[in-house]
Amino acid sequence: MHKQVGVVGAGSFGSVVANILAENTSVLLYARRPEVVAEMQETRSRNGYRLHQNIIPTNDLEYLADRCAVIFPVVSSSGFRNTIMDLSPYLHPYHILIHGTKGLDIKTQDEAPLSREQVRTMSEVICEESVVVRVGCLAGPNLSHEMAEGQPAATVVASHFDEVIRVGQKLLRTNRFQVYGNTHLIGIELCGVLKNIIAIASGALSGLGLGENARALLISRGMVEMIYLGKALGGNTEAFIGLAGVGDLVATCSSKFSRNYTVGYRLATGETLSEIIQHMEEVAEGVNTTRIVKQLADYYDVAAPITRMLYRVLFEDLPVEKALDSLMKISFSEDVSFL
Amino acid sequence: MKTIRRIKKTKTGYVPILPRRREWPIVLLSKKQEQFIRQVVQASVRRIRESAVSMEALIDELETTLYKEGLRIRQMPWAVDPPDEEKFWKDIKDRLVDMSASQYSQQQEAEQLLLDIVSRYAHEIASRFRPSHYQFARRAVTFGFSRLLNAARVKGFRSLFSTKYKLRDKINIVGETEHLRKLARIGTVVMVPTHFSNLDSILIGWVIHELGLPPFIYGAGLNLFNIDVIAYFMNSLGAYKVDRRKKNKIYIETLKAYSSQALQWGTHSLFFPGGTRSRSGSMEDKLKLGLLGTALEAQRISYQRSEQTGKPAQKIFVVPVALNYHFVLEAPSLINDYLSSEGQERYYIDSDRSTTSYRILTFLVKFFTKGSDISVSFGRGMDLLGNYVDEEGQSLDRHGQHISVREYFCSGTKITHDKQREEEYTRMLGERISQAFYRINRVFSSHLVAFVAFEIFKGRHPALDIYNFLRLPEEDQQIAYEDFRQVCRATREAIFVLESQGKIHTAQHLKGDLDEVIQHGLDNVGMYHAKRPLLRNKAGNIITLDMKLLFYYHNRLEGYHLDRAIKQHLER
Repeated sequence: MHKQVGVVGAGSFGSVVANILAENTSVLLYARRPEVVAEMQETRSRNGYRLHQNIIPTNDLEYLADRCAVIFPVVSSSGFRNTIMDLSPYLHPYHILIHGTKGLDIKTQDEAPLSREQVRTMSEVICEESVVVRVGCLAGPNLSHEMAEGQPAATVVASHFDEVIRVGQKLLRTNRFQVYGNTHLIGIELCGVLKNIIAIASGALSGLGLGENARALLISRGMVEMIYLGKALGGNTEAFIGLAGVGDLVATCSSKFSRNYTVGYRLATGETLSEIIQHMEEVAEGVNTTRIVKQLADYYDVAAPITRMLYRVLFEDLPVEKALDSLMKISFSEDVSFL
Repeated sequence: MKTIRRIKKTKTGYVPILPRRREWPIVLLSKKQEQFIRQVVQASVRRIRESAVSMEALIDELETTLYKEGLRIRQMPWAVDPPDEEKFWKDIKDRLVDMSASQYSQQQEAEQLLLDIVSRYAHEIASRFRPSHYQFARRAVTFGFSRLLNAARVKGFRSLFSTKYKLRDKINIVGETEHLRKLARIGTVVMVPTHFSNLDSILIGWVIHELGLPPFIYGAGLNLFNIDVIAYFMNSLGAYKVDRRKKNKIYIETLKAYSSQALQWGTHSLFFPGGTRSRSGSMEDKLKLGLLGTALEAQRISYQRSEQTGKPAQKIFVVPVALNYHFVLEAPSLINDYLSSEGQERYYIDSDRSTTSYRILTFLVKFFTKGSDISVSFGRGMDLLGNYVDEEGQSLDRHGQHISVREYFCSGTKITHDKQREEEYTRMLGERISQAFYRINRVFSSHLVAFVAFEIFKGRHPALDIYNFLRLPEEDQQIAYEDFRQVCRATREAIFVLESQGKIHTAQHLKGDLDEVIQHGLDNVGMYHAKRPLLRNKAGNIITLDMKLLFYYHNRLEGYHLDRAIKQHLER
């Protein structure tokens, strides 16, 4: 019993996580759609990458929860709550869940204005919808395609429980994959969530044909903004200056393969948000995150110029050039004021 | 026959769940006290050795303890301290200095030293519960209280013998009492009350009896044992001693082991999870977890033991209790403590100006001779992870499904001991208890008026922080009655909305005509303080004679975001 480890969600990141785990143990990989499971079984591949021989695709959540004491949910934030609700009847207090989803969940949308009371991180969704308390998250510069190619990389397992960090490290550690531990779960989750906003902005800069000075400016000011927002939402400064914060931020802001980056890039070349979204296979978390975080910034009165501008670009059709102009007009006096 | 008579006597109250005294867990504990203490000593030595594994670490721990105890004896001697204390520590010191050079005998000597210290501490902590004394002490308390009560309310000589007013007319017990009685029958109950006053433990002790429950043990500050009469009552009511001067690790581990073992023996316990009275007057957000962790440990051990013996494990239930007063005797010194040392270490050392026997006595007389109501509201029972339990004590998840608490202590299918995990569970439990406090809290008229008045005063000086605001002279400040009334109405509405959402409770007297409610509140808020926190002056306006006290009583409704409601109202 419990000889296997479960991965819920066979998207690009989910299957990459499954492949890494498979180097150490036998893995059950759950996909919601039966045809995806059938396809994985037949072709032994997913998204163009080979599946490790230790991976068994499945469509049965009950079976997965029964066989696995440790489960990695890696689905988009919009489907996350429903997935956990589907899984919940089969979960027990002994289960350990380590998720890899970098987004936020809104519990109810009826009460405006939006405050932190209505917004949940993914670990909070797990605790709310199931009896599981030993939760953790994966965060860090983990671009799926690089990991799928087996390039060296590192990740952070964050949890309030040392036990969860130990388990995560044991299962994920390979010769090409470093695993760091961090006890500030919420801070680390927020790193992964907030950096997607900056990643869209970074793509937009590239779409305008701008160079690395501009990107460095964006990344460093974006980092400050993330820290302010993070603190207002229950995170801690330290988390943001680690691998999951600045590490992930640099990676996502520089990668042309990142979905959030692509959204920004195409916005800058004149496409509208709805056009872009239509043509994407998987969701760009940053879009929804910007929507939520802008409202939270209003509620808690956090100075978040990049998020606010991007919100107007995404949802109020402000042209990217105009947004950049306005940002450049803001006068900041202090470089670093958060430490 | 005897039991039948007792049932008749309590026809308006509750029948005892265990009529025979010898069945009470606490009686078992006192009968087998030596055995019990032996187990405590063993467990504490084990705990200390877990964190001080090497010989150096152990000797280091012993030396630190010796040093701290030396300081304590010189700087803070109390009447209750045993006469041979200096001699005992001198002896420990000599033995530490003269330790052998050989490693083997050094280890033996160090372990013997540890054992001696722990054993002394364990005997010191142990309660001197005697069933016969309990009976007497309880009757004396009830008798004394009701005499005072009746003397005040029924006029004339006959008042001394009148039984017209019972304590239970004065003390309002509400909430999940039947549920609690049931849980106490099927498992071990850990009761966690809010802590505002030194009266709390006496009050809870009386309520526990009133509900027909066997006595609970609880840790009482050793300072209370300085006074012989009180010491007698404390001992008789099942209190064990907590010496807050002793902050050394060996003592603290022994104390934890004591609490944990008592729970493992199935003794119902009372923890003040705040650890100390609330200084600010607000319900503590961040509970000092203190002994709460010992309940988690006891539960895990009971599951482990059940695996070995095959007998079902005794389940531990947590029952939150909110105590509400119009008046807290110690409020002036508490709020001063809070303001002068917010979050400081000093905060914990209890100088206790307010617990001399004279102060307590005058308070009791005042309390019972004037009409000031108290409510004690019981929340629903929870398991140690904060899940609610049903009538049978089964833990339920949000969807009403049963949960096995044992599985929280498992890695896979096997129970494992993970200290950090249990610490985290304790922190989570603390959060759940704190949330429960907010929910079962009952709003009194006095809380409402104090909250509203302070918010209005403070709202006039938005630029000042709380310390500077409190330095303003009180004479300059007053609120026109009509303005006050308006804001009271809006705030009461907001409170009723919260109540309909299950986020708070209100006392019956809060529901009536607004002017009467306000008058009731003004009459009662901090009514026995020399300087009243809230009054109406001759012009009919609202004034305060002591802003700090008003701040204290206001804080009771902190944490409900009611200030937002007031702000919105004022903006309109």
